[in-house]
Amino acid sequence: MIRFEPRTNPGPILVYGVPVFAAIFAILLAAIPLALAGAPIMDAYGLMITGAFGSVFSTSEMLTRATPLILTGLAAAIAFRAKLWNIGAEGQLYMGAMAAVVVGTGVIDGPSWVMIPAIMIAGALAGALMLIGPTLLKTRMGVDEVVTTLLLNFIVLLFVQMMLEGALKDPMSMGWPQSEPIIDSAILPPLLERMRVHLGLIIALVAASGLAVFVKRTVWGFEIRAVGENAAAAKFSGISVTKTMILVAALSGGLAGLAGVSEVAGTRGYLATDLSPGYGYAGIVVAMLARLSPVGVIISALFVASVFVGADSMSRAIGVSSYLADLIVAMSLLCVLIGGFLTRFKVRFDRKKTAG
Amino acid sequence: MSSAAHSSHKSSPELLLQLAGITKKFGPLIANDAIDLTVHKGEIVALLGENGAGKTTLMNILFGHYVADEGTVTVTNRDGSLELLEPGAPQAALDAGIGMVHQHFTLAENLSGLDNIVLGTEPIFRLRRDRTAARTKLADLMSGSGLNVDLDQPVHKLTVGEKQRVEILKALYRDARLLVLDEPTAVLTPQEADSLFVILRQLAATGLSVIIIAHKLAEVLAVSHRIAVLRGGKKVGEMQTSDADHRSIAELMVGREVPVSRRTERVPGAPVLRLSDVTIDRGDARRSLHGVSLTACEGEILGIAGVSGNGQAALAQLLAGLDKPDSGTVEIFEAIVTKFDAHKFARNGIARIPEDRHHDGMVGSMSVAENIAIEDVRSKDYQKFGFLDFAAIRKRAEQAIKDYDVRCPGPDAPARLLSGGNIQKLILARVLEKSPKLILANQPSRGLDVGAQSEVHRRLLEARQNGAAVILISEDLDELLTISDQIVVIHAGHVSKAIPTDAIDRSELGLMMAGQTKTDTPQAQTSNTIHPGETP
Repeated sequence: MIRFEPRTNPGPILVYGVPVFAAIFAILLAAIPLALAGAPIMDAYGLMITGAFGSVFSTSEMLTRATPLILTGLAAAIAFRAKLWNIGAEGQLYMGAMAAVVVGTGVIDGPSWVMIPAIMIAGALAGALMLIGPTLLKTRMGVDEVVTTLLLNFIVLLFVQMMLEGALKDPMSMGWPQSEPIIDSAILPPLLERMRVHLGLIIALVAASGLAVFVKRTVWGFEIRAVGENAAAAKFSGISVTKTMILVAALSGGLAGLAGVSEVAGTRGYLATDLSPGYGYAGIVVAMLARLSPVGVIISALFVASVFVGADSMSRAIGVSSYLADLIVAMSLLCVLIGGFLTRFKVRFDRKKTAG
Repeated sequence: MSSAAHSSHKSSPELLLQLAGITKKFGPLIANDAIDLTVHKGEIVALLGENGAGKTTLMNILFGHYVADEGTVTVTNRDGSLELLEPGAPQAALDAGIGMVHQHFTLAENLSGLDNIVLGTEPIFRLRRDRTAARTKLADLMSGSGLNVDLDQPVHKLTVGEKQRVEILKALYRDARLLVLDEPTAVLTPQEADSLFVILRQLAATGLSVIIIAHKLAEVLAVSHRIAVLRGGKKVGEMQTSDADHRSIAELMVGREVPVSRRTERVPGAPVLRLSDVTIDRGDARRSLHGVSLTACEGEILGIAGVSGNGQAALAQLLAGLDKPDSGTVEIFEAIVTKFDAHKFARNGIARIPEDRHHDGMVGSMSVAENIAIEDVRSKDYQKFGFLDFAAIRKRAEQAIKDYDVRCPGPDAPARLLSGGNIQKLILARVLEKSPKLILANQPSRGLDVGAQSEVHRRLLEARQNGAAVILISEDLDELLTISDQIVVIHAGHVSKAIPTDAIDRSELGLMMAGQTKTDTPQAQTSNTIHPGETP
């Protein structure tokens, strides 16, 4: 018989070691589909590493990919901290991107130090509003936010599509459903010449450290932690659960919105419905791998981005489907979830047979 | 072996169950102390006692959920032979025909009554469901006992009383010979309770034995044949119901020892809290108050005595700032409260000690220091421009750990590592350090060991000495009589007028808690809404 005993106080090795081990284990597990596809396994791993870190260009590509993942990872981490299950980062990302496009395609013009903050604020606000609605429904009427935020993703994507076919359509796009380009002064400039990695990375890193300080050291962060860990005790001690939830929604939605701004104004330059290959959903994996720690999100976003970019380049080199990257990311989530369970519980095997 | 036992049993009616010398200890706590109990065929035995008297432990031993440290459980088999029941084996109890109806029902709400009853008695792998036999058997049971329920309705559509009938039918369907009912009337309306008693009497007449766990006296007298009273883990009395009267049982239940009063003389000052005709109706007796008026003054401990679930939760929610009255007024510090807000209450010097210290009293993963400061993080002392002042929070925690002797690895240790007693000390440190003028203490010493209990009492008395008004909600009569200056009794959402503790007759208090007034009129539940409890 197998029994699970809760651990009261897991040590730091367990807490920090489990996600790292889970990530490594998931990469090792990737050997199985690689072998099934008949690929040379060791070569494939080598190609994955050079694909992500082999040159300045590949590292820049990896960091470009990590940028939105850090932001959506933070969005998931802060929401999950407060037990607000925001599955809608994808939709919030698109709303943020759309708001950036509305503000940043020529309606107003100015120098970069005006335009960049302007599109960031617009995008963050749009993302925040997208989550505040479902949060109010949750606190007022007990509507499950998992359902509302998840379904809003599809509504938003269809809405964006509608706008790109209509009001926001670029007349110069030769019929493609895409927006006008972001004006030059609102573009997030590249960090290295002729490379794609852009100012968005710095914004994401600042956001991560800011959020870490916010959660740990401010009154609001204190209240978020209290509500997340024990809402009943927080309420008894006089913390407003509703207000805290709305604050969390604004932060989480805002961060996801910023991811959209960063993608549209940093990487792509215009809005189209293929802006995000699921960054909103991948952010959930990033946050879980990071055990909801803002600084951890940076590390796990880098990991997930390397897997994506490395596997992409490897698959092109040896002709294996690039879905392998998705597989590794999904497996590392499963490994982390199992690892998290093993952190919280001891597994005991009883040899004793049950009395007949 | 069975033949010897067989010959020894000659009393009539036939003996069904014998608990002999049952002793069970949990650490230093003796939950059951050499308890003997017998039940005969067709007999209804009432097991009476306050909370913590050991009733539930005894029943858990009978069902094999616990193993007794000493003593034996013997049942008469269906063939008439006596047999020792295997300790710690719930299946053995079920096989012996012992059925239990819990206070909180164990029914699957979305299944029909019939599904719930046959659940677990059918083979798992079967090709079709044949319920004809089950229906016939249940129809017989229902017509014989009056336990009428529509068995095809999903359980969530049934009333509480009907759900209870399904539970009883479930036990009878499994051929129970002994039915144990845990506080069966706690959730019932008086009408439902009456009809339950009629049914139980009918079932007993057909040979079923019943143990009914209760603390309401009138009900016990109405339904049982014999009464056994437990107090502090011991059986303190047993009598035929026909020989019993309210007063003698109440005395047995609450005990006769006069508590050692550790209160010092203190003249109460100005009123601090005044409830006038407060009504909170939440449709559920546990969470409702009806026209409650009471007053608590400076330097006074006002005890709220009552059996669990009589409106204490509503009163506590109200005074904690978590609920507001439907009608009536709450006056605190001579101002009528218009905004019921936990944060505001805490900031205005109302100390609140929650009933469930683990659930409402602390955030387990946060540090001891953060838990001590949790009510005050917004105050200027612990934050600057929205940033927490960790030095100040830590300093306060270190002081509190010293002053209140909180045993913990340090201020930064997560609070979940603390024992129950130390969590309570942490909560006391949080709320009492600010020299509150009004203290709400809800079950402050429940589940604590003797040392921690007396520490809680000492702190509350100290606060009283310093001029605080203390509202002490407790189910522990000894606690109330030891430290309260006055006591009001809460029953079914109504409160009595305040009685000075020195003038209290314990058995009378027991009667009032059980819903009986002094005059012993059984139907007088509504008449004990006494007017504003003015302090003399």
